[in-house]
Amino acid sequence: MPVPTTSRQGTAGGTRRRRRGPRTWLAALPLLAFAALCFGIPLGALVHGAFTRTDPATGGTALTGDHLARSLEGPYLGALLGSVRLSALTALVAAVLGTLVAQAVVTSRSRALRSAALTASGVLANFGGVPLAFAFIATAGISGVVTQLADLTDLGWNLYSFTGLAVVYLYFLIPLMVLVTVPALDGLRPRWREAAQDCGATAWQFWRHIGLPVLAPSLLGGVVLLFGTAFAAHATAAALVGGSVPLVTLKIADALSGNVLTGQENVALALGLDMILIAGLVMAVYLPLQRRSARWLR
Amino acid sequence: MAALTPAPATPPAAGAPAQAPSQAAPQRPGPVPDGAPVRRPRTGRRRPRVWRGAVLGLAGAYFLLPLVSSFVFTVHTPGQGVSFAAYTDLLSAEGFTESLLLSLGLAAATIAASLLLAVPALVAVRLGSPRLRPVVEVVCMMPLVVPPIALVTGIATVLRWGPDHLAATPFYQTFIAVQNEAFPLVLVLAYTVLALPFVYRSLDAGLRALDVPTLVEAARDCGASWPQAVVRVLLPNLRSSLTGAAFLTLALVLGEFTIASLLGFRPFAVWIVTISGAQARMSVAVSILSLALTWALLLLLSRAGSAAGAGEGTAPAAPKES
Repeated sequence: MPVPTTSRQGTAGGTRRRRRGPRTWLAALPLLAFAALCFGIPLGALVHGAFTRTDPATGGTALTGDHLARSLEGPYLGALLGSVRLSALTALVAAVLGTLVAQAVVTSRSRALRSAALTASGVLANFGGVPLAFAFIATAGISGVVTQLADLTDLGWNLYSFTGLAVVYLYFLIPLMVLVTVPALDGLRPRWREAAQDCGATAWQFWRHIGLPVLAPSLLGGVVLLFGTAFAAHATAAALVGGSVPLVTLKIADALSGNVLTGQENVALALGLDMILIAGLVMAVYLPLQRRSARWLR
Repeated sequence: MAALTPAPATPPAAGAPAQAPSQAAPQRPGPVPDGAPVRRPRTGRRRPRVWRGAVLGLAGAYFLLPLVSSFVFTVHTPGQGVSFAAYTDLLSAEGFTESLLLSLGLAAATIAASLLLAVPALVAVRLGSPRLRPVVEVVCMMPLVVPPIALVTGIATVLRWGPDHLAATPFYQTFIAVQNEAFPLVLVLAYTVLALPFVYRSLDAGLRALDVPTLVEAARDCGASWPQAVVRVLLPNLRSSLTGAAFLTLALVLGEFTIASLLGFRPFAVWIVTISGAQARMSVAVSILSLALTWALLLLLSRAGSAAGAGEGTAPAAPKES
C-alpha cells in the first residue's frame, strides 16, 4: 500500500498531510452512522424478537429459544430444506451453463457479440422478481403461449412446481454466472494456452492442469453467489407459485403478513435469523474464494 | 489487449513444431513464416466454432423465448385476433402512473442517498484512513448476508414497537413521517441498505483502477481545494463506476417487491401483482415494458458514461483498464 500510514500523518508529515487525517475519518462517518441506524437497528430487533417472548398480559419480555426451535421443525423445516434444495440445484445447473455461455462469449472474437452478451446479462441478471414471473406465466403457464403450442401440459409440465420454479430461476442465475465468470475467463491468458500447446498439451490437458485450477476459485465463488441469490429470492416465487412450493421466504412472508397467531411474528423473525445464518455461511465460503481468484485476474 | 503486446512470442511459436510436431503440425499450416504470431493458433481452431454456435444459439433461444411469447400473449387472444389493447389501456389503468412515479422517485432518492454516503467514505478510506477500510467494506457487504425478507421482518418489528415505546417523544413524529404513504422514506432507507453492496463494489472497482492519493495530491499541488480535487478530478475518473452503481440501484428499486409489499406500500412491482388477477394481459404487458425500460436505461447510461469519458482526453484510460 503506497498510502501514507496514519502514524506518519500525526508527526512528520507536511501540514496538508496532517490535516488529512481527521477529515477523511469524518467523511466515512455518515455511512457508518447510516448503516448502524438503518441496518443495525432492524437487525438487532430481528435477533431480539427471535429470542424473546413478550407476555401479552404484563408486557414483560423473557428470553426463550422456542421460536428458533419452532422454526426448525415441521413445515418450517420443510420450507427451509426446500429452499436449500432449490437453490443448490439451480446454482449448480446455472453455474455449468453460465460458464459454457461465458466461454463461448469470451472465445468469440466479435466485439459486438461480446458487448451485446454482457449488456444482456447485466439486464437479465437483474430481471428477477415480479416481471420475470409474469413473463413465464405468459410463456409456460397454464394458458401460456408455448404451453398451448407445444401441448406442454400433456407432457407433464407444470410451471407452478419445483421444476417450473427451477427453470424460472435459471433465467436470472445463468446471466449472473456469465457476469461473474467472464472476467475470470478473460484472466485466462491466451499466452498460457499457447504455451501449453507449444509444450504439446492437448485441449483436455490444458483444461485439466491449467484452466480449471486457475478458474476453480472463481467458479466455486460463482456457485456460492448463485446459491445465495436463489436462496434469498422471494418476489419471483411469491408471484409465481404462491404457496404451492414450500420455500422459507414464502413462509416468512405468510407469517409476517398473515398474522394468524401472535406467536407467528416471532417465528418469522427466527426464520429470518436462520436465513441470515445460512447466507452468512455462504458468504464465509464465498469471500475467501473470491480473494483467491482475484490473484489471477490482475 | 495483453495478448498483442508481448513481442517475444515469436521464438517459442517458431521453435515449438520442432519439439512437438505431432501436436502443432496439423493445427498450423507450416509455410506462414510471418504475420501476427500470437493470433495464429487461435484462428487454427475450427471445432470450437461449432460448439460455440450451439451454446450461443441455445442460450439465445432460452432467453428470447419467454420475451417473445410474452409479447405474443399480450397482443394475441386465441379466437379474437391481434389487439394492442393491453398496451393502450395502460396509461388510463388505475394506479399505473402513481405507482411508476413513486418507484422512479424512490429510485432517484435511493441513488442520491447511496452515492452521497458511499463516495465520501470510500474516497476517505483510500486517502487517509486505510485502517477504516475493512470496517467500511464489512459494513457495505453486510446487507448481502441479510436477505431482503429478513431485513423487512426486522424493519416491521422496529416500526411496530416504535409507536409503543416512543409515543411520548419527538421520535414518534419521525416514525409517522417515514411511513408517509405518498413518499415512504422508510423504503428509501431500506433500499439504500440493499444497494450498498452493489454501490460499494462498483465504486471500489473504479477506485482500484486509480491512484487516488497521487491524483488528489497532484490536484492539490496545482492549487485545487479539497472539494475541487474530489469533484473535478476524482469523480470524472469514476464516471463509469458511478453510472454503473446508479444503474444497479435503479434496477434494484424498480423491481423491488418484497419489502414494499410486506410493509404495505404500492410501488410499481407491487402494483403489477395487484392487477394480475383481474388483468393478466396487462400485467404481462407491464412486465415486458419494465424490462424494456431497464434495458433502455442501461444502454443510455453506458453510452453516457463512455461518451462523456471519451471527451476527457487521458482521463478515461484508467477506468477502462479494470
